[in-house]
Amino acid sequence: MKKLLLIFKYVLIFTPISFSSFFSSYAFGQMTVEIKGYSQSLFPIAVMRFVDENKLPTSVSEIIRQDLTSSGYFKNTEGGNNSEAIDSPSYKTWAARGADALVVGQVNVKSANEFEINYRLYDIRKGQGLGGLTLNASANNLRQVAHKIADDIIFKLLGERGIFSTNLSYVIKDGKRYRLVISDADGQNIRNALNSAEPIISPAWSPDGKRVAYVSFEDRKPVIYIHELATGKRISLSNQKGNNSAPAWSPDGKKVALALSRDGNTQIYILNADGTGLQRLTRGSTIDTEPQFSPDGRFIYFTSDRGGNPQIYRMSAEGEGAEGAKRISYKQAFVTSPRISPDGKNLAFIANGGGGFKVHLMNLATGETVALTDTVNDESPSFAANGRYVLYSTRVGGRRVLAAVSIDGNSKQILSIPGADVRQPSWGPFMD
Amino acid sequence: MQLSSVFNRLLNQSLNRRAAGIALFGLVAFLTACSSGVKLDDVDGSKDANAFGSQPWNDPKSPLFEKSVYFDFDEYNVSPSKYQKMLMAHANYLKQNTAQKIIIQGNTDDRGTTEYNLALGQRRSDAVRKQLALLGVSDSQMEAVSFGKEKPKADGNNEAAWAENRRADIVYITK
Repeated sequence: MKKLLLIFKYVLIFTPISFSSFFSSYAFGQMTVEIKGYSQSLFPIAVMRFVDENKLPTSVSEIIRQDLTSSGYFKNTEGGNNSEAIDSPSYKTWAARGADALVVGQVNVKSANEFEINYRLYDIRKGQGLGGLTLNASANNLRQVAHKIADDIIFKLLGERGIFSTNLSYVIKDGKRYRLVISDADGQNIRNALNSAEPIISPAWSPDGKRVAYVSFEDRKPVIYIHELATGKRISLSNQKGNNSAPAWSPDGKKVALALSRDGNTQIYILNADGTGLQRLTRGSTIDTEPQFSPDGRFIYFTSDRGGNPQIYRMSAEGEGAEGAKRISYKQAFVTSPRISPDGKNLAFIANGGGGFKVHLMNLATGETVALTDTVNDESPSFAANGRYVLYSTRVGGRRVLAAVSIDGNSKQILSIPGADVRQPSWGPFMD
Repeated sequence: MQLSSVFNRLLNQSLNRRAAGIALFGLVAFLTACSSGVKLDDVDGSKDANAFGSQPWNDPKSPLFEKSVYFDFDEYNVSPSKYQKMLMAHANYLKQNTAQKIIIQGNTDDRGTTEYNLALGQRRSDAVRKQLALLGVSDSQMEAVSFGKEKPKADGNNEAAWAENRRADIVYITK
């Protein structure tokens, strides 16, 4: 009960930072959400209130509308006060109301805490049904059910995997307390993983989405732990002399690359996810840190100041001894925090070319690089599982907030918690 | 001011380590030492370290009281003219008290990114560790770590705050 109160103490607000002409706002419980999107070519969709939805403690259709709006692809043409039968819609009527697609649903109550939720999707322009889903739910996973439906709509209409069923991990600093939390992809449904008086940094999702490695300062130094979501248990992964930081999972989830200072300067190592089999991968006298595996597991990208200032390099996952490191970034004086997109095509990083620390995106095939943001204190970039968005931390109005930007730079959102700093985000993988 | 910060540090330790009983004992011992007004000579700690009681590094009159090394922007070199005397005092004490352990905590200003700053702060703490090793302190007594930019002593986006945070602190481990 106490935990629940702590969670609901926070009000989450999405606020716009991009120019926009579309606006929507709604309240959910004690959480207030405001989203503005780029409306020029948004897909008009009608999401009707599900039949008998008032029998649920949570409005599923409302969460679906929120997800579709924040995807940056859709605009909702209906407010959600009216329901519609799930079979045989009048395509003509819906076309006249300006919807290109229609979402309808039906709730069947099976017992006090057991529901069956049916949803159907219709392509109004083509005048055909696109199928739907029948999902069993309980009161405490209705948000997940709504996210699953939103992902299904996005996949059926756009051919792209939606990311609303994925999780985020980030750190909330409230006064002098630090909380590592797990939340839904929309920042809602916050669950505590660790509460500490000392900093927590660098959460990293295992590829199966079941564990989060992170760095905690609770023992007066950086030590790497692994949090297991299902049980809430944790293990100490690396507590070597000196710093233990920057954990990064191998694509098969069996190994973790990390940065250790046990031999003096910070260097990159690798060990098994159970903490055994430590091996050193870099052998330099400068800083090597922030290892990141390529999706095929063959390479490790990392930050090094071997050239005089921090830049991104790439080496064999077997280490520098197997194949010398190759420099990847050239254009700015300060480049850190490499992250590879899930398809291996894009590299996101933080660079300061003189105008502040901004999220950049490099096309790895062409080397073409663009700044994705206009803020100056960006950190901790993290790709969505579908590679379409980069989540990061930045500073707005003296507070740290989370922000998400689409890789084309068009859609931007900010997630903030009034009175607290939100930082160190990591976006989790697909869960199926 | 100094007292309250020491108090807070001890209190934090007690919260961190969930060993309130032990830490409170340390606190009482420290307060007793303060209030008893024990006269301590401002001498080289190596001559009679025991004269300072159990925690000489907390005594403003002790040469061990100064525990911070400051660095220039993007620098990791320990200035010999500024810090040789201070590091010598710590080295002498540690050589005479080989069971005593220290942790050297490196810090950076808040410009830049988390993990890179963690590594930068570690270069600073490691530079202090190397100096103490050159002065004969055993590596088994020392651990160089970093908080990067995560635990700033001074808040603010100005040169004064940044300079205060480009720092390595010698911290004596009390059980």
